[in-house]
Amino acid sequence: MISIKEMSERPVRLTEGHRLCAGCAEPIVAKQVLLATDKPVVVANATGCFEVSTSGFPQSAWEVPWIHTAFATTAATVSGVESAYVALKRKGRVSEDIRFVAFGGDGATYDIGLQALSGAIERGHRFMYVCLNNEAYMNTGIQRSGATQRGASTTTCPSGTCIPGKKELPKDLTKIIAAHKLPYAAQASPHNWKDLIAKAAKGFEANGPSFLNIITPCPRGWRYESADTITMAKLAVETGMWPLYEYENGKWSLTGETKRIAEGKMERRPLSDWLKAQGRFKHLLDPEWKDVVDDIQNSLDASWDELLRLTKL
Amino acid sequence: MGTEYVCSESEHSSMSMCIGASAAGARAATATASAGLAYMWEMLYIAASMRLPVVMTVANRALSGPINIHCDHSDAMGARDSGWIQIYAENVQEAYDNSIMSFRIAEDAGVKLPVMNCLDGFIVTHAIESMEPLDDEVVKKFVGDFKPLHPLLDVKNPHSFGPFDMPEYYYEHKYNQQMAMKKALEVVRQVSEEYAKISGRKYDLLECYRCEDADYVAISIGSTAGTMKQVVDDLRAEGHKVGSVKVRLFRPFPFQDIAKVLDGRKGVAVLDRALSFGAAGPLFADVRTAMFDNGSRSPAVNYIYGLGGRDVGVEDLKRVFLDLENGTAETVNYLGVKL
Repeated sequence: MISIKEMSERPVRLTEGHRLCAGCAEPIVAKQVLLATDKPVVVANATGCFEVSTSGFPQSAWEVPWIHTAFATTAATVSGVESAYVALKRKGRVSEDIRFVAFGGDGATYDIGLQALSGAIERGHRFMYVCLNNEAYMNTGIQRSGATQRGASTTTCPSGTCIPGKKELPKDLTKIIAAHKLPYAAQASPHNWKDLIAKAAKGFEANGPSFLNIITPCPRGWRYESADTITMAKLAVETGMWPLYEYENGKWSLTGETKRIAEGKMERRPLSDWLKAQGRFKHLLDPEWKDVVDDIQNSLDASWDELLRLTKL
Repeated sequence: MGTEYVCSESEHSSMSMCIGASAAGARAATATASAGLAYMWEMLYIAASMRLPVVMTVANRALSGPINIHCDHSDAMGARDSGWIQIYAENVQEAYDNSIMSFRIAEDAGVKLPVMNCLDGFIVTHAIESMEPLDDEVVKKFVGDFKPLHPLLDVKNPHSFGPFDMPEYYYEHKYNQQMAMKKALEVVRQVSEEYAKISGRKYDLLECYRCEDADYVAISIGSTAGTMKQVVDDLRAEGHKVGSVKVRLFRPFPFQDIAKVLDGRKGVAVLDRALSFGAAGPLFADVRTAMFDNGSRSPAVNYIYGLGGRDVGVEDLKRVFLDLENGTAETVNYLGVKL
């Protein structure tokens, strides 16, 4: 793990002046990820907040080569870039040792781009895919995605008298990706930057595809004050809603606060701390939806137990 | 040769990979047909708007549904507005020749647009025909090295590809694509002339067969233009003054060439192996527009034919000319449909 001093000397790859919202976790996560390597980097980006807000023509917040094609295609696009790199390097037309990273939101990753991502991982291209997971389609106005949590209110599953927000559980995407038996996959959170950067460094150096699923709080979609983004990320981990773990060459291991909780060195915070902190869940505090909260608690406990079982294998 | 060969999980991804590879600074090519082309739809526009000289062979086949797989032009005709140059081959030799020329056309500094190299599914793709290939070295010299303008892999000179365009800029980017298409008309002609020097085979935007003194002319695309030559010979032998025009370049559309060749004819039949439902054949629309512009306005009718691989033979096509001569054709006719 490199020091903060060393990191401070690394070039800035995503500059200030982009148009992301105040309090958005995306540029924080991206900067942490991009600090994790001193190699030249080429970035691919799915359509979404991050793409729209960093690339408005004729300006660009990117100090590194950057490509966006469409919503579903980031993993396929980076596959093409990496294949060209392999061919051109073989021919001696490119000399640098380049790293490739793809950024996509949860809509681009869990939903529309899942096929392209699965294909790219199966083909074994050497690239790192980073999911900026803010748990809904925030760019288009907070619509539910396959990553949206049960009980969260969005514009396409608004809480009211009929439904308690989203009725379904999110996909467990990190495990779906791990099922591809790729060299490296992990879940991370920007509040624990040391853990995140260490994981990104492993992902960059993996000899094949790697995947980081990163909780990326969104003040607009989650309904909290924009100053509280890092607090929300921390809460997600400390309540067990977003466990930190790695899948490395077939082996599962816990990291950060998740590991400390599992080892009994700190308490897992109650689910209610998570729900009451965000406007998207506030309706769940009404006794009317107690069954839903119980369901969320049960699935949280089941996922937690399953993860502990995996990491003890 | 050092080429990377990548098998994708879908056509949407294969076109995305071509875009990524071409932007990265490599020469990228792929092939598809039918539903595969339809599945690429979104990415076709993006390849063209990013001005990437991707080359793609398309075996023209019907779109679902009903699922069919056989020859017609619905797939590529549906992609006519995507910003790709479209060249159509009559036979195996032309498909080979066009694929070599495609790279030169796509990569021309004044063009920088992707090229769709079309040939009739099954009729040409699965036919056994004799053809003359060129020596690899001759082809390599003709095609030349790929010189990307701002390769993504030039990490010392970072560029952003595919940024977000607000209304202040989008329209100008689209206008530039149209200007590149305009330039492509002359580049296709130039490259075809150069190709004649290494191959002895001369191509133009259109090919006219016994048109000089023809009163009645039929216009078609692809393998049907080959059958049409037999039809013209047969009818000429019987004293009919008929000719055939093959459209080799469909996008950009050679309006002036079409208008010129059709000037003063007694009747024109436009054969479309595709149908724009609620309108007529796509070639028909463009041919009539071309004639309107030059004031010639020969009487023109449309024949929809061969959808989903329906066989079209010499006798069917003879009827087209006889209808024209007798004035018995409707504006839009459905050749060989069983009613």
